[in-house]
Amino acid sequence: MTNFGNYEERVKGFSWALSEQELGYQPGQIINIGWYCSDRICQLGKADKTALIWEGFTGEKKIFSYNDIRLYSNVFAQFLTDLGIKAGDRVCLFMDRVPELYIGFVGILKTGAIAQPLFSAFGEESLFIRLENAQTSAIFTQKKHVSKVRKIRERLPHLKHIIIVDYDGKTPLQAREVAFSMEGSKKVEHYDIYPTYAETPSVLHYTSGTTGMPKGVQHVHYSLISQYLTAKWVLDLKDDDIYWCTADPGWVTGTSYGIIAPFSLGITQCVLDSGFSAEAWYKFIEKNRVTVWYSAPTAIRSLMKAGDEIIKKFDLSSLRHLASVGEPLNPEAVNWSIRVFGKPFHDTYWQTETGCIVITNFPGMPVKPGSMGRPFPGITATVLNPNNYEPYPEPGRIGLIGLKPGWPSMMRTYWNNEEAYKNKFRNGWYLTGDRARIDKEGYFWFVGRDDDVINTAGHLVSPFEVESALLEHPSVAESAVVSKPDPINMEVVKAFVTLKPGFTPSKDLELDIMNFIRKKLSPLAMPQEIEFVDSLPKTRSGKIMRRILHAKEWGEEIGDTSTLEND
Amino acid sequence: MDELKEIIKNYVINEYLEPDSEPIDYDTPLISGGIVDSFSMVSLKRFLENKYNIQIPDEKATPEAFDSVNKIAQLVREFIKV
Repeated sequence: MTNFGNYEERVKGFSWALSEQELGYQPGQIINIGWYCSDRICQLGKADKTALIWEGFTGEKKIFSYNDIRLYSNVFAQFLTDLGIKAGDRVCLFMDRVPELYIGFVGILKTGAIAQPLFSAFGEESLFIRLENAQTSAIFTQKKHVSKVRKIRERLPHLKHIIIVDYDGKTPLQAREVAFSMEGSKKVEHYDIYPTYAETPSVLHYTSGTTGMPKGVQHVHYSLISQYLTAKWVLDLKDDDIYWCTADPGWVTGTSYGIIAPFSLGITQCVLDSGFSAEAWYKFIEKNRVTVWYSAPTAIRSLMKAGDEIIKKFDLSSLRHLASVGEPLNPEAVNWSIRVFGKPFHDTYWQTETGCIVITNFPGMPVKPGSMGRPFPGITATVLNPNNYEPYPEPGRIGLIGLKPGWPSMMRTYWNNEEAYKNKFRNGWYLTGDRARIDKEGYFWFVGRDDDVINTAGHLVSPFEVESALLEHPSVAESAVVSKPDPINMEVVKAFVTLKPGFTPSKDLELDIMNFIRKKLSPLAMPQEIEFVDSLPKTRSGKIMRRILHAKEWGEEIGDTSTLEND
Repeated sequence: MDELKEIIKNYVINEYLEPDSEPIDYDTPLISGGIVDSFSMVSLKRFLENKYNIQIPDEKATPEAFDSVNKIAQLVREFIKV
């Protein structure tokens, strides 16, 4: 029997109050995610239950009970309070998937400060843009990443504290740096958790759009109401589960469903801080007897590429529910998982702005391979006519995915960018930026993005950001960035580049530009192919026409070229 | 000293490691150790192809085959020999 049960019955008369009641929350009361993820679970009698099983790439293993999460998050919170961090300050987590990342997140929320997790593979420019925009006060990082912070700190006057969680004393601390050891600190039995309320800001995740710089998606403590219930119903998490979410908490899945949801449900979760390897992943599932596995299409396709033979070496019989997020899950991947694991991956659809799963294939319901599934109860989702933003009255029409705002984990604004936030709404609908159609049974089918944003391995990359960075390379005169199809990552970044006088196209120059972007922005943003061209297609007013280049890469019709220069 | 391995090791140090990082040797796990991720692997593969004028097929460019300097050198030798 699944937690979810019957779709029609759940939808009928649904109210988020159900989640509030299960969490013991009443509107108007204090609600602090940090408390719900640690102290409350201990108060429910699960203090000794394992909360986190962590394994590093060398095989090092650490286990934390819910009481450990409570005490160590108090250590983080007290440390920040002693530094002078106040409620509302932004505190960044810039770390690999070490225990301090998970527990530090809980600790930051206890202080009332806003947690700002950032992917540790970001290069210094990506890091700078996001810290500068948020005017971040403090950053937790590791010694392996601190050099990136050092390169930009002079440009960040608001960044008062650079906290190194694994400082070993081998080299001296530099300006604004301070050493912190979670496990080496005296445990803090009691910390006065800041009284946050439903609309108090909690988490700031940055996401990329077509134009402009990345935007900070601001969530609030009330988001817990959605994250708790969606995890319980969609991931079917139960008290005796061993849960593995493979997402990095630098991205929203890693916080909503890698920290907040499992900890607030009092579930045992495990984390593997290691790069991808099919053998290591299967071994991890076998060793920890993982029961619920939440992963991503790119990882699933990489596992498919590794072949079926390797699976036979491992006992994966503990797996009982599989789910996926980040980009559309192709039918081949669903059918493959049925064949090799005896159960399908359930695609879930949501985004940084929604904070929780909004359209999904539910456990216990038939999975239509390739479909996004059906809306979560309490979520009104539709497909809109792009001309008037009215829902199509009949199924089968391709249009824009629209969501009726008002669920608990809906973003509240873009940080310091209310105009961009307002621009996400039309005719009372929140536009996700994706196109889809709905079939006769109410299942959604993903068609594509409605803009130029590149979805690579489930992560959004802004072509504008990459183009801006490319122009800083000494050889680049002009550039246009589009997606190109990729069998593993769905899409990857491709750049078209014209060179300045004195530079000649070559394989070495291509590699040099690739590495330049990788280090400046991130490996995700690195063009995997650079095509040197004599000129870029432009409108007569001089605007680069990305869509023509995009169509060429995807073998699509180029469409109207009446405004093309030199046509 | 193995010249091929030294070239690979130095490239990894110069391109993928931050200053003050722990030193690496020929067996240090690069992919599983988080030094080189799957996206960055593309640029490492491109470097090897440019440097040795070879083509490494995508099916051979697996995370396992790129997980250490020793393994990468073994892979590159398969193609240099021909």
